[in-house]
Amino acid sequence: MNISEYKGVFVFAEQRDRKIQKVAFELIGKGKELAKELHTEVTAVLLGKDMKDEAKKLCYAGADKVIYAEDDLLDLYMTEPYVYTMHKIITEKKPEVVIYGATAIGRDMAPRVSARVHTGLTADCTGLAIEPDGDDPKKLNLMMTRPAFGGNLMATIACPNNRPQMATVRPGVMQKAKYSEQNPVSIEEYKIEIPKKCKNVEIIDVTKIIQQRMNIEDAKVLVSGGRGMKGPENYPMLEELADLLGGTISASRAAVDAGWVPKDRQVGQTGKTVRPNLYIACGISGAIQHLAGMEESDFIIAINKDESAPIFEVADVGIVGDIFKIVPLLIEELKKKKVASK
Amino acid sequence: MNIVVCIKQVPDTTEVRLDPKTGTLIREGVPSIINPDDKAGLEAALRIKEKNGSHVAVLSMGPPQADEALREALAMGADEAILLSDRAFGGADTWATSTTIAAAIKNLKYDLIITGRQAIDGDTAQVGPQIAEHLGLPNISYAEDLKIEGDYVIVKRQYEDRYHTIKAKMPILITALSELNQPRYMTPGGIFDAYREKKVTAWGLKDITVDTSNIGLKGSPTKVKKSFTKGAKTAGKVFNLEPQESAELIVEKMEEKFII
Repeated sequence: MNISEYKGVFVFAEQRDRKIQKVAFELIGKGKELAKELHTEVTAVLLGKDMKDEAKKLCYAGADKVIYAEDDLLDLYMTEPYVYTMHKIITEKKPEVVIYGATAIGRDMAPRVSARVHTGLTADCTGLAIEPDGDDPKKLNLMMTRPAFGGNLMATIACPNNRPQMATVRPGVMQKAKYSEQNPVSIEEYKIEIPKKCKNVEIIDVTKIIQQRMNIEDAKVLVSGGRGMKGPENYPMLEELADLLGGTISASRAAVDAGWVPKDRQVGQTGKTVRPNLYIACGISGAIQHLAGMEESDFIIAINKDESAPIFEVADVGIVGDIFKIVPLLIEELKKKKVASK
Repeated sequence: MNIVVCIKQVPDTTEVRLDPKTGTLIREGVPSIINPDDKAGLEAALRIKEKNGSHVAVLSMGPPQADEALREALAMGADEAILLSDRAFGGADTWATSTTIAAAIKNLKYDLIITGRQAIDGDTAQVGPQIAEHLGLPNISYAEDLKIEGDYVIVKRQYEDRYHTIKAKMPILITALSELNQPRYMTPGGIFDAYREKKVTAWGLKDITVDTSNIGLKGSPTKVKKSFTKGAKTAGKVFNLEPQESAELIVEKMEEKFII
């Protein structure tokens, strides 16, 4: 493999219902930083149907170029047509870096692409950086940092002798670049013919999970409950607090496993990574797996009756006390403030 | 019908703690378990066996002590167990691991291959889809429900915001979520059989057909450059006050930060 033939940073731009997903914009933000250090460009790869207009958004979000492949089989995500197309684009264009969102789509297609291309893939990265190779300083490697052992340990991984270097990146971790409709638009419509042998599955039904509440990754304020909430009957109190602060509720794994709160609310290693402006942890002891998903929050308030709870080690303000007494009083205080400000 | 279930023995990471002084992992005394997603995959296979009649083989790649996980699988009801163990396989990343496991599966009969979505020690979710790729099989990941209808599987495939119900012809590889089912416990009779009647077949490098440049540490495209524990965020202040004072303090802090 002649590594110097491989140039450019590619970002897989995930779409659902013909809408580009937020993680794609985050990846472009990071991709731009990496491309700058590699003295190259960032290209977004979009697979879908009837998305020519939507594709422009990728340039507005900072991509230098977009490769857009259109086919009926690329409309709804299916493993093999996606892998076939991505593999074809990679072998033809030879990028040095390809990054995907660590979503239920990216985490399914990227492993197959890596196996087909014969290159490494690092999963669920939370950090990406460029470093010169130890033996050959002219060669620049992607250093991929990810949590392991349930978040207990971080590992930095490189893929020095294969290209492209590939990673999936956790949603909510990277920062988007500035979005501007003034950015030049450059879209290559990539012709693809997907062979019949790639169509081995049939999607017979699509059921969307109706989100009644705000997505926890988008919320500016999260009021999060754990085992200390004792039961689902105590969550309306947290909902009320969240409403007053313009946010929504989330939960620790313990509360989700107990069936008190739906899975889409779960913060942590096996749930979602969040970074709201304010995170209020109520009755959450702070297992390391939980901390991994929320410690980047701007401001953390923790209420717990156990003063040795590890959550206090990451909290900006820790309150030792009874949530069932404090939260209702806090709601009262906030209501008073609201009335006063009106 | 022949089902192959891939399982991994993992340390129970919910029990792994950090040494507060050295910042290293304390693995001593941490129990080993069958990875939860894999165990759900095994349970799914056993239920298919009970309903439709099939032969269930379990396969694990790992050190010799993974024998214990395979015995547990036999005690749960698996028919055959294979331990894929050789020094040459050691230090493998997901690419090399999946290459090795795929080579072993080629020695077996299969209509359906089930792996867990991901292992709790690595959380990569890569090995399942990569095995399918190496075998040239289709795969469906993140299965929350799995049914067999003749030569077809019907899978409820989970996404963050939706489900796809997918129908596909076997042979196929499915990756299982722990939400799939509640795995059964071993029975005393099952445990007896697992150690007395059934056996675990050991396979090494000589038993599979694989290009040795594609396995183990040297066949792994990715290399771990360093590992470290996260520097803990410095703690703020912890207050121990009356409830009313606590509520007022929180409001005050929110105002300071312009949250309200």
